[in-house]
Amino acid sequence: MEEKKAVVELRHLFKSYRRGGQILPVLTDITLDIREGDFLALMGPSGSGKSTLLNLIAGLDQADSGTIHVAGVDITTLSESELAQWRALNVGFIFQFYNLIPVLTAFENVELPLILTDLSKKERREHVTTALNLVKLEDRMDHYPGQLSGGQQQRVAIARAMVTDPAILVADEPTGDLDRASAEEVLNLMWRFSVEAGKTIMMVTHDPRAARKARSMLYLEKGVLASAPEITFSQRA
Amino acid sequence: MLLRLLFRNVLRHKLRTGLTLCGIGVAILSFGLLRTVISAWYAGVEASSANRLITRNAISLIFPLPLSYLERIRGVEGVKAVSYGNWFGGIYIEEKNFFANFAVEPRTYLELYPEYLLPEDQKETFLRDRRACIAGRKLVKRFGWKVGDLITLRGTIFPGNWEFVLRGIYSGRDSRVDESQFFFHWDYLNESLKKRKSLMADQVGIYILSVRNPELAAETAARVDRVFRNSYAETLTETEKAFQLGFVALTEAILLVIRLVSFVVIVIIMAVAANSMSMSVRERLGEYAVFKTLGFGGVYLGAMILGESLLIAALGGAGGILLTFPAAKTFLHYLGDYFPVFLVTKETVVFQGLAALAVGMAAAVLPAWRAVRIPIVQALGRIG
Repeated sequence: MEEKKAVVELRHLFKSYRRGGQILPVLTDITLDIREGDFLALMGPSGSGKSTLLNLIAGLDQADSGTIHVAGVDITTLSESELAQWRALNVGFIFQFYNLIPVLTAFENVELPLILTDLSKKERREHVTTALNLVKLEDRMDHYPGQLSGGQQQRVAIARAMVTDPAILVADEPTGDLDRASAEEVLNLMWRFSVEAGKTIMMVTHDPRAARKARSMLYLEKGVLASAPEITFSQRA
Repeated sequence: MLLRLLFRNVLRHKLRTGLTLCGIGVAILSFGLLRTVISAWYAGVEASSANRLITRNAISLIFPLPLSYLERIRGVEGVKAVSYGNWFGGIYIEEKNFFANFAVEPRTYLELYPEYLLPEDQKETFLRDRRACIAGRKLVKRFGWKVGDLITLRGTIFPGNWEFVLRGIYSGRDSRVDESQFFFHWDYLNESLKKRKSLMADQVGIYILSVRNPELAAETAARVDRVFRNSYAETLTETEKAFQLGFVALTEAILLVIRLVSFVVIVIIMAVAANSMSMSVRERLGEYAVFKTLGFGGVYLGAMILGESLLIAALGGAGGILLTFPAAKTFLHYLGDYFPVFLVTKETVVFQGLAALAVGMAAAVLPAWRAVRIPIVQALGRIG
């Protein structure tokens, strides 16, 4: 079987934070490839650097040294505004606490990333409707986040992440705030996007059940990759 | 979508927004009223004419000039017409009923002040009767006078009770004209003085001159003063505007304080609005981080915060401006005796608008800066 190309390439990545007068290393010499269409679970104890690694790949934070290529672009060379534009086109985000804008309806929340594109109003409407159909929330498009359950809000967040058809999807503890049934629903959706739409997904999680939905898993321990980077979903099942 | 977001954000904390709106509204209203008080102070200056000069005693206004100067002033090159008058300083019943009252040479005075509109029949009656007086519309309304009424003033500079018959009611040609003055015949005063205090007779407080060419007013004034140089009563001639400004200058310290207070009010409300915006932005830092995460840049975020702040300031400012008009009316109702002309000018409204704009902009600067500069991961709390 032909091996898919790497959509994310990390080389000798270092990241530390300054706390008071101390420098705390968070990630140490991370080198990693994530292949197109992979659904990767990133696990590890609290403070191991999972979210930091996700932030770096998503262009939300800057590395101390090393390179990050995503879809062929070395994002470590981009300025802040270039990075913002790059994120808008290439990355979809799913957060633990959904992070929907409370004064916007489900439809408007999903439409938000499309505001930055050249799409017409009609085209935006079509895209948003399609995305909400995919997460089965077309009948709730006029509801505000406060009128939706946690699971429904996370599905709106997934629709928002998918609506621009990004190169990668990053999810930080997407089921961390959900009950078991809602979590299962959200994971199934992400799995479908990975398998059916071939989306590359990186998911930070503490939940082994969530990790089992992924195709591969990485384990971070004190900022260092601690296990084999490729354990496929079928191997783990 | 963005405008919708702006309006919805404004309405998010209704109580906070309501209180901020009230604060801005009251501040803009106070600013407008204080500016109107200042304008009212300058009403006399604003109403003065460019082609009128005032000649007074060079030592001080309290020293009179001889009536004999009249013909000599009239003969000065550039002088078109001359009138004269005295500040009478009479009291109507009691001192709290203060209003300005003057003894004037009626025919020439009315010619020099065409802005006082007097019906022709009333004018004729006024000119014919030496005991006649005329009063402004507001003054007549204040005391409920009507034409034909006998009005008695108690003299302060010129002692005794002075009786006048109201023969006319003048109105102003425009809103800047003071309609709360009282005029009577200078001859009536002078003839009485000849009998009662002859030393005070044939003396006038000021001469009012109209000039042929307003552009040569300064030269004409200098010519008048040259005529009386080295006489026992030297003159000082100046434009009517400069003469009026001289009175305003006497109360300059009060005006300065009023100006300062009007600006302090705006500075205080700037701080209040900035605090309110800071609270809103601090609460929404996570949301702004989401916007940034989705690719919205600093300009967009700045515009969103500035837009919200400007919207609140505009709504509060508009409320304040609209309330200024009824408030000014109420103010005039109670303090009209001190401010005969109390109008909210276009200039004041423009200043109020600019002040509201400044409040909106200043309130947004720091919160917007903070929202734009804060790193996404810090705002999202996603370190680890």
